[in-house]
Amino acid sequence: MSNQNSIGEIVSKPYKYGFVTDIETEKFSKGINEEVIRLISEKKKEPKFLLDFRLRAYKQWSKMNEPNWAELGYPKINYQDIIYYAAPKKSEKKSSLDEVDPKLLETFEKLGIPLSEQKRLSNVAVDAVFDSVSIATTYQEKLAEHGVIFCSISEAVIKYPDLIEKYLGSVVPINDNFFAALNSAVFSDGSFVFIPKGIECPMELSSYFRINSGDTGQFERTLIVAEEASSVSYLEGCTAPMFDTNTLHAAVVELITLDDASIKYSTVQNWYSGNEEGIGGIYNFVTKRGHCRGKRSKISWSQVETGSAITWKYPSCILQGKESIGEFYSVALTNNYQKADTGTKMIHIGENTRSTIVSKGISAGRSSNSYRGLVQMGPNSKGSKNYSQCDSMLIGDQASANTYPYIRSQQPQSSIEHEASTCRISEEQLFYLQSRGIGFEEAVSMMVSGFCRDVFNELPMEFAAEADKLLALKLEGSVG
Amino acid sequence: MIISDSKLILEIKNLHARIEDKPILKGVNLQVKEGEIHALMGRNGSGKSTLAKILAGHPSYKITEGQITFQDKNLLTLEPEERARMGIFLGFQYPVEIPGVSNLEFLRVATNTRRSARQQEELDTFEFEDFVHSKLEVVQMDPVFLERSINEGFSGGEKKRNEILQMALLEPIISILDETDSGLDIDALRIVASGVNQLSSPQTATLLITHYQRLLNEITPDFVHVMADGEIQRTGGSELALELEKSGYEWIDRAVKVGESE
Repeated sequence: MSNQNSIGEIVSKPYKYGFVTDIETEKFSKGINEEVIRLISEKKKEPKFLLDFRLRAYKQWSKMNEPNWAELGYPKINYQDIIYYAAPKKSEKKSSLDEVDPKLLETFEKLGIPLSEQKRLSNVAVDAVFDSVSIATTYQEKLAEHGVIFCSISEAVIKYPDLIEKYLGSVVPINDNFFAALNSAVFSDGSFVFIPKGIECPMELSSYFRINSGDTGQFERTLIVAEEASSVSYLEGCTAPMFDTNTLHAAVVELITLDDASIKYSTVQNWYSGNEEGIGGIYNFVTKRGHCRGKRSKISWSQVETGSAITWKYPSCILQGKESIGEFYSVALTNNYQKADTGTKMIHIGENTRSTIVSKGISAGRSSNSYRGLVQMGPNSKGSKNYSQCDSMLIGDQASANTYPYIRSQQPQSSIEHEASTCRISEEQLFYLQSRGIGFEEAVSMMVSGFCRDVFNELPMEFAAEADKLLALKLEGSVG
Repeated sequence: MIISDSKLILEIKNLHARIEDKPILKGVNLQVKEGEIHALMGRNGSGKSTLAKILAGHPSYKITEGQITFQDKNLLTLEPEERARMGIFLGFQYPVEIPGVSNLEFLRVATNTRRSARQQEELDTFEFEDFVHSKLEVVQMDPVFLERSINEGFSGGEKKRNEILQMALLEPIISILDETDSGLDIDALRIVASGVNQLSSPQTATLLITHYQRLLNEITPDFVHVMADGEIQRTGGSELALELEKSGYEWIDRAVKVGESE
């Protein structure tokens, strides 16, 4: 490659969201024990059932071992060296935005998420979470007119304890896995969405998660319930400052759809991924699972994963209701020393259920990117179908890509289709585009977005263009 | 067409180039003026395709000596995309497939890049659609190829037509066609050749790289150069190609040997 454009050199524009907000924070001291959990619960004025939930989870977690089967390889995490609760002082939920610390509003504005009434996004309701607490949720009144509940999970625990008690932990049990158990014990905040029967949510809902403190873990918890014949589209975004230490993020997301309901859940994950030498970055261990309980219900996951030093994440669907549908569309991009082990599980239980998996992994730099997925056809899943397509793209010659598809079928009258491919952006392809006047970086980004098109088509309109830009930005300088 | 006072477009002087440690070009000299059609012939491995790729700026080759001037500019300091924007076009011998990237979108971006380099207005999607359809006729190409990914699943002939279509859209000043005739049946060859003939003008020039006389039956060159061992050994008019056809490349090889023993 000629000097100016060597694919290896154009790497990474500086991470645009790496700033730290200087704000007075109330933090617990480091470490986890029963006392810490009681304190979190007390801080949040939680009802007893939730404290019990947390304590049960903590007991389970103490007995569990951290999983090590993923293609990740990271230094051992010292769970006693993490702060489990950090919140801006005066963090009482404000009745009006005027009372929210202007520094926080400014932070979100800088992140492209204006919250104030004059500036807020016109058709997206936003729940903004800063470290361990939700600081504001927009459009709550307008949504309430339709019976839609959209608020922080802490608020929901107080206001709608019955709903929380009924659904929390019903999709991801507290002992599901090591990180889910940890989250169940210490989760701080997150979003709660409830769409009542027959309602099509009138606007996009979105949560924006911001980690600000370097030594604090973020453990958010999201719960979305769509009652019969309702539907909602939800998007989450994530960023964090640049620290040279690793920050732990262990989230749990649970989705529930009843008869004929549908949830579309999109993620643009751009946590800080560490520098070019692989120093710093977020360790991202996430359990996301949707339960299609009702007939003909549908859960669709789409994700664009570009950040984090480590990503461990398998958004899944349990297809219990007859004719229910699960979808997973994923673009995972890794650069420098990032490692991602991500995929999905489609568990077909009911008859005539269908699932689609489209996964696009892009590995650049010295990163490693693995797809890991399970498709399971249970004994009663007669007539069910799965289609999976897993494509990997390698940029440069030091990155790696792996695919681990697991397939289990206990039902002969079901079908599972799996396609996989690996390609590399070749010098000849780049030269071809350049020889037609197209600049080097534009050529790379044309090829990458071409590769991801099937997935971008699934993102909500406003975010598809964003995702495209994000990838281009992340890849700058990665080709060489 | 040779006009005595026409302008020099491309000048290659004493060009030496290597790939890794292997010298490929060993002192190429060539002048191309506007309105001219040049044919560059020679065996496999004589350096023809290397010269074509170097003109377009392929990064794998190292220039060790000599210079290339295009419209009074030093070409060797420019990136491939800059050369393309200035009006250098390389028709590839083996056009690569680029899955996922729409051919139509690619053609539009490329066309607009060249247009804006010439201070012409960029075409929006609708205007471009009209423009590209008018050019499809030149190569008798089916519009369905616009909807596909770049060259993906195209036959050899379709790929070459797609190359000529790009040439038609980009309106280059010099077109270097690297073995555009290889792998084409006689009908496809005629279509491609007629495309090239239609696109030639007194302001542009063409450099045809070929093994065979048969392309030169369709496109009459003003000059024929024969390359061997990294140098142009002979230059003549179109009759030189006929002579080659008759006696093969061996007499050129002999000439090279004689040259070496002197």
